[in-house]
Formats: sequence, structure tokens, C-alpha cells
Amino acid sequence: MLIMRHELLLVVITVILMIVEIFLPNTEKRKIILPAILLMAAVTVIGFIPGTPGILFGGMYQSTALTIMLKNILNIGVLIVFIQSVDWLKQEQNKEKISEFFLLILSTLIGMNYMISAGDFLMFYLGLELATIPIAALAAYERLKEKSAEAGVKLIFISALSSGILLYGLSMIYGTTGTMYFTDIAPLITGSPLQILAFIFFFTGMAFKISLVPFHLWTADVYEGAPVNVASYLSVISKGAAVFIFTIILYTVFYKIAVLWSEVLYIITILTITVGNLFAMRQRNLKRFLAFSSIAQAGFILLGIIGQSQVGMTTVIYFVLVYIFSNLGAFGVVSIISNRTGKETIDDYDGLYRTNPNLSLVMMLSLFSLAGIPPLAGFFGKFFLFTAAAKQGYYILVLIALINTIISLYYYLLVIKAMLLNNSDRPISYFKSDGYTRIGLLICVAGMVVVGFASSVYEMVYNLSFGLY
Amino acid sequence: MSFLTLFIIIPVLTVIGILLCKNHMQVKWTAVVGMSLQLITAIVLIFLFLAERRAGNMAEILFIQDNLWYQTLNIHFFVGVDGVSVAMIGLTSLVVFAGIFASWDIVDLPREFFTSLILLASGVFGFFISLDLFTMFLFYELAVIPMYLLIGIWGSGPRHYSAMKLTLMLMGGSALILLGILGLYFNSAPGGGPLTFDLIQISKVHIPVETQRFLFPFLFVGFGVLGALFPFHTWSPDGHASAPTAVSMLHAGVLMKLGGYGCYRVAVFLLPEAAHQLGWIFLILATIGVIYGALGAVWQKDLKYINAYSSVSHCALVLFAILMFNQTAMNGAIMQMISHGIMTALFFALIGMIYGRTHTRYINEMGGLMKVMPFLAVAYVIAGLASLGLPGFSGFVAEMTIFVGAFQNADVFHRVATIIVASSIVVTAVYILRVVGILLLGKIRNEAYEMITDAKWYDKISVVALIFGITVIGIAPLWLSDMITQGLGPIMQKLLSAAPMLH
Repeated sequence: MLIMRHELLLVVITVILMIVEIFLPNTEKRKIILPAILLMAAVTVIGFIPGTPGILFGGMYQSTALTIMLKNILNIGVLIVFIQSVDWLKQEQNKEKISEFFLLILSTLIGMNYMISAGDFLMFYLGLELATIPIAALAAYERLKEKSAEAGVKLIFISALSSGILLYGLSMIYGTTGTMYFTDIAPLITGSPLQILAFIFFFTGMAFKISLVPFHLWTADVYEGAPVNVASYLSVISKGAAVFIFTIILYTVFYKIAVLWSEVLYIITILTITVGNLFAMRQRNLKRFLAFSSIAQAGFILLGIIGQSQVGMTTVIYFVLVYIFSNLGAFGVVSIISNRTGKETIDDYDGLYRTNPNLSLVMMLSLFSLAGIPPLAGFFGKFFLFTAAAKQGYYILVLIALINTIISLYYYLLVIKAMLLNNSDRPISYFKSDGYTRIGLLICVAGMVVVGFASSVYEMVYNLSFGLY
Repeated sequence: MSFLTLFIIIPVLTVIGILLCKNHMQVKWTAVVGMSLQLITAIVLIFLFLAERRAGNMAEILFIQDNLWYQTLNIHFFVGVDGVSVAMIGLTSLVVFAGIFASWDIVDLPREFFTSLILLASGVFGFFISLDLFTMFLFYELAVIPMYLLIGIWGSGPRHYSAMKLTLMLMGGSALILLGILGLYFNSAPGGGPLTFDLIQISKVHIPVETQRFLFPFLFVGFGVLGALFPFHTWSPDGHASAPTAVSMLHAGVLMKLGGYGCYRVAVFLLPEAAHQLGWIFLILATIGVIYGALGAVWQKDLKYINAYSSVSHCALVLFAILMFNQTAMNGAIMQMISHGIMTALFFALIGMIYGRTHTRYINEMGGLMKVMPFLAVAYVIAGLASLGLPGFSGFVAEMTIFVGAFQNADVFHRVATIIVASSIVVTAVYILRVVGILLLGKIRNEAYEMITDAKWYDKISVVALIFGITVIGIAPLWLSDMITQGLGPIMQKLLSAAPMLH
């Protein structure tokens, strides 16, 4: 049973929290915050103890060193999200539903873990659904706000639609191969028209989850409507998990039609990066801004997937790790400012450095890391992504992506300009952020600085990754 | 650990020290101590280097340190210097040292200012000592980004616009460089074996000529953007004009040299065949740049714009000399980089000091400054004379070498280009003497200027340090030119061996 360690631990702490929740009176719900974070921290730490790889349920569930590492990365991300959410959860309007936040996120995390460990498409689909549906509830968490409810409904519709498309594709794969197991399907993929159609449907379903252009239209609306911390969870953890399993399935199941999917990815990459960037430039609301920036970042991740090699997969995982730290740093700052002042547009940030230097500094570092500026980890991540794509000879694609990094630098600089360069008559006044937020942001900054310089992280990921050849 | 690592450690420690400081004065003095140490280290490095050479150590690269960093991609932290990089390091530390004193008056957010300034400097130092293309690129970008904050926060005029324009154009250049570097990386082991970012190792490999032709424009234009290659120079006048004094100094004095250095060190050195084949295109651009910059300087009325355009002209001269592909001209190119670096830093420092007193940079509004601020005025004349290449100053040595070298190429195309470029000296004399005449001599036009005081002690330190640099090179250029010649040896060998394949 140790094989399923990550999932079981999460189930255990979910149940513990549920029981605690029952015995807490409505006015005392805040008391669940600290135990929840500590338990999550404990799970994260235990996750790093080397586990036994193995197979369960006749191959439906498989645990390898790679999946363990991926789950650990997600755990770290969730832990940071938890820590960053405390300030927001303590607000008056949330006082009765604090525990639900933790419970729902933990159940999606369990879903993601099963998804990553899936050995066949049934388990994969099960995990995917478990990872998606609770998020819709989370998006509608601030149920008295119209926009939040709207975000929840939009998310549930979109995930229903994408799941439907995905399932249709899976059923066709089953129809042509007669099995749902990854290892059995892989040799039977011949590239027949029906299988290609099936692949396209599968791809479309996943593209909705990762929010690739042209399946991205829900993203900005949902991010804007949902609470900031839920949006950050959505943009980092759930996107990261989807990217992981997408890469694994492309590399293990569909490797025989790599020529086909790399062509598809080629076009989608260009579209995603360019459209994401061009829309991000026009945004004034920071949540929408980060939504489009995260679409563009997803496009950059595709550069690694298209690399098809071991370096490619390594870089995808590495970049997601870097992206977790960078994006959570940015979202953390947006979240605390939004909680304390209700201000969410770029113009509101004018002169922020003069009043809140530390927050602006964290925001600046996060944005620089997202833009790929040395010596932050984002630079290494981007460089390796380009290396992975160039290794396959996609120089034109790399050039387009590079031009896009300049565009992205422009809009990241717009925020930095507001914070540092602009002066304002009515800047956001100074406030003291609470300890939890500070710890959360500190972890992000440490991650952004250390992950780049410590090459051992990259080497570790490399040793566990695999490529097509 | 190599001695060279100090050049990265000292700035980092200085930045940490600055962040721990309590008040303005502490910040400034920490910066002074840090950068003085850096200057001393640089001087020690020059002496150590010369001693090694005199002792007969003719290795291509000295003071090597090579640590494996990313094993999978074979990225190393690989540092080492040859004569050229030693000279560039000396230049950088002198300009940074002077820059710290020139920005003594910074009142607004001094901590952030000096942090950014020293971060920028550490990027430049790192760039000059790196021999691994990855770390080189890392330091290159590190040097560019602080510019945005430095110009945007402490600049003047349309600073937001200039800062954004400068950053985006330079990062655009670095995007091209990145593509070129990746191209080099994947062609670094044609016979199998591990790929490498190692500059020296790549230089020993023969890259197919078609690939070279594909990569050369990316690398040359990429670095050329920073070296103010026409028509990618447009960030430079705006950027310089809006930047605060020390930043203009560092930028024109050092950062633009990164472009020229990269052009010859990466583009020309690693892709010699393509350089021979495609060099003429860039030679035309450089020729246009020299003349265009000089004429631009004649038209301007704003002191900073005059010097910004003159920098464009002088930096284009560097690229022009590099593209002549012979030892003498190449030697002149490096001399010109160093001479122009110190000289232009001096100019911008003086302009900053004058502006701080008169509160205008328009030459027509000033006059007779010689009477009220003799020290600064004399220094300005010295800088001007050095700039137009008067014997006894560094500018003369550099320009003379360049034109002698350029004239060795006897075909019509090179001759015409050389003659056109040489005529720019006259134009240079026009704009320098015009400024000196209007600004320093004549009557005092504004009564308020009667009250102006001359240079303060910190201004003097900055100015004297730079003038010292100019005259040392001007009077005793041989040690420098020997050092450079030896440094250029391998590069010239590679270039010459590539040349016959053409004809």
C-alpha cells in the first residue's frame, strides 16, 4: 500500500480535517487553518522520502520515481497556495466556509495525483474529473458575488464540454485498439484516420484544461471572477498537473504518431504564445492580465513538449516548477493587495514601491522571473525550453517564441513601471501583511533564486525523465 | 578558485552590504569601498597578466576556472581572460569607480540606485570574463535589465519612453543572440561527442559554411544592437539623454562596448567564413553609422544628445574596424573601445555636473562657463580634444591605428569606405569645437550663472580618474597595444585561415 502513499496520505488528512470541521462551531472555523497547513506541510515532507515504485489494480495505477517527483512538485505548490490564502480566508465573509476551501482543494489534489499515476485511460479520466469538478465549486466560493458565481458556472460548463470531447476521443481509441491500458495501446497506434480523429479529440480536451489557444476563452473570465487564491491555484497547480499527464501520455501512448502531434503542437504553440501575449498587453485588471500571461506561459511549455527528447520532458517539468514559484509569487502579491484594499488594476499599483517596498520587490522579481530575466529561475527555464525546441531543429519556432518573450517583457514591464516608476496622488497606503503571507512569498522568492542556480534540481529531474528516443 | 571570480563576488558582496545599510551616507561609502576594491583588483589583474606574459606564458587564456554547472547540457561556469578582456575589465572598473562619485548627489532612493548600478556593473564584469556562451548570455541580460529601472526612476525628460524603448530594443537584440548561441551549441560537435557552450572549444570546430551564413546575421545584429549598429542605434540617443549621469557614463562607456566585444568575440571569431562573406553588408551599415552619428551630433543642441550621437559615431567606428579583418584595424578597434569608453564617460560625467549647476543642457542657453567653473571647463576641453583625436590622448592612438589598418585593404570598396569614414574626423572636430566655443568661451549669458560654484571634491575624483586614464593610454599606449595584439592572435589566425577559401 506504500505504493499509493501520496494519495493515501492526502485522503487521511482530508478525513481528519473533515472530522475536525464537524466539531468546530461556526464562529471558530478559523482554528482549522493552522492544522490544515501543518498537515499539508507534513504530507509534503513525507512525500520526499524515497518510495517504492510499483503497479496496482492490474496496471491501472502505476507509481514510478517520476510520478512521485511530480506529485511532490504539486504538493509544494498546494502548500504555498494554502499559506497564501490565510489572509483571505480570515476575512469576515468567509468565516463559515473556511474548511471547505481546504477540503475541496485537497480532493482536487487527490484527483491530480491519480491522474498523474494513471496507467490506463479510465483511471486518467477518473482523476481528471475529480481534479476538475471541485474547482468549479471553489471558483464560486464567494457566492454572493455575481462574478464569482458566473465563474463557477462557466468553469463547470467548459469542463463538461471538454470532458465530453475527451471521452469521445477515448472511446474511439478503445474502439480501434480494444484496450484502455497505455502500454497496450501504444504499439497499436498506427495512425489510421479514426485514431487520428481520436487523438485530435483527446488533444482538444486537454487543450481546454491547459487553456491553449483557441480553447482558452474561458480562462480570463474565470480567473477574473474567481477569488484570487483560487485563480492562482487554477493557473498553477491544475495547469501544471494537466501539462504533466499530457506530456506523459504524448510520450508513452502516442509516440508512434509523434510526427503528427508535433505538427499540431507547432501551430498551437505559435497561436498560444502570440495570442496570449497580445491580449495580455491590453489588460488593465491584474487577474485578467495574469490569466493571459499564464496562457502565453503554457505556450512556452509546449516548446519543451515539442522537443520530444529527454531534455524536452525534463525542461517541461523544470519549467512548471519554476512557474509555480514565479506565478504564485505574483498572485500572492495581487491577492494580499486585493484583500486589504480591494484594488486590482494596474493603475492602482502606481507608486506602490514608495508605500509597500517589499511587496513591490516580490512582485518585480516574480514578473522578471516570468519574463525570463537572469539570475532568476525563469531565465534558466526559458533558456532550456528554447534549447529543447532548437534541438529538434525548430529554429523558426524558437525565433517566434523569442520575439514573443520581448512582447511579454513589455507588458511585465508595464506593471513594474506602475509600481516603481509612476507616482500617484493616491497610492495604496502602507499595510503590514500577516506572517503567513510573508512566509508564502518568501518561499516563492527563495524558489525563484535557488532553483536556477542549483543545477542539481535540473539534473534530478533529468535522471527521472524520458524522451521518445 | 580563480582570481577572476573576485570580479563577481565583490559586486555581489557590495550589493548585500548596501542592502544592510541604514542611511544615505553609509550606502554611498559602501558603494565607494566596493568599487574601489574592484578597481584595485582590476589593476592587480593587469599587472599579474603582464607579469605572466613577460614570464613567457603565452597560453591563449589565462587565469582559467572551469566548473561544471549543468551536466546534462554541458554548461560550465568557465572564466578566463586574454589581453582584450583584461583591458575591458580595466576600463569597466575605472568607469564604474568614476560613476559612483559622479552620482554622489542622488537623493531619491539612493539604496536602490546604487544596487541597480552595481548589479549592472557585475553583469558587465561577468560578461567580459565568461568563456562559456551560456554564462556570457546570462551576464549580458543581467547588465541590460537594471537599465530600465535606472533610467525610468532616476532619469529626466521622457524617461519612461526612453527606458522602455532601450530595454525592449536591447532585449530584442539578446533574443537574436540567444538563437545564434543555440545554433552554435548544436553545431559544436560535428563529429559526435558532447555538445558544448565553450567558446574556445567551438572556435576549434569547423562549422559548415551554410550554417555559418545562417547564424552570423543573428549574432552580429544581436550584438550590434548594443553596439549601436545603424539602423538599430535609435535606442541610444534617447536612452543616453534620459539617463542619470552615472548611467549615461556606464552605458556609453561600457555597456555599448559589450556589443562591439560580442561582435568580434562571438560572431566574427566563431563564424569567420560567414564574416568574410557577409561582412560587406555590415561594413556599409557601419560606414553609414559613423557619418550619420557625426552629422547627427552637429545638429543637436542638447549636450547629452550631442554626445549620444557622437557615441553612435564612435561605436560604429569600432564595428567598422572589426570588419576590416586585419590585425592593425582590429587592434585599433579594441583601443577605440577603451579610449572611447573612458572619454565618453568623462563627457557624460562633465555634462551631468554642468547640468546640476545650470539646470539646462541646451548649449544656446549657456556660455562663458570657463569663467565660473574653470576646473570643469578645462576638463571638458581635454575630453573634447581627446574625442577629436589629438595626439597625446588615447583617441589619437586608436583612430590612427584603425585608419592605418583599414587602408591595408586595397580594393575599391574598402578604400571608399575608409575615406568616407576618415572624413568623419573633420565633422567630429566641428561639433566638438562648436560646443567648446559656445559653452565655455564667450560671455556669460545668464546672470544667475555668476553664482555657480566649481567642482566639488567628489566631482574632482571622478573627473581626475578618467583624465588620468585617457592620458596614460595616450602617452604610453604600447603595453596596452601589446596586450591586445597577443589577445587578438588566435582570432586573427582563425580569420586569416578562413579568408583564402573565399577567393
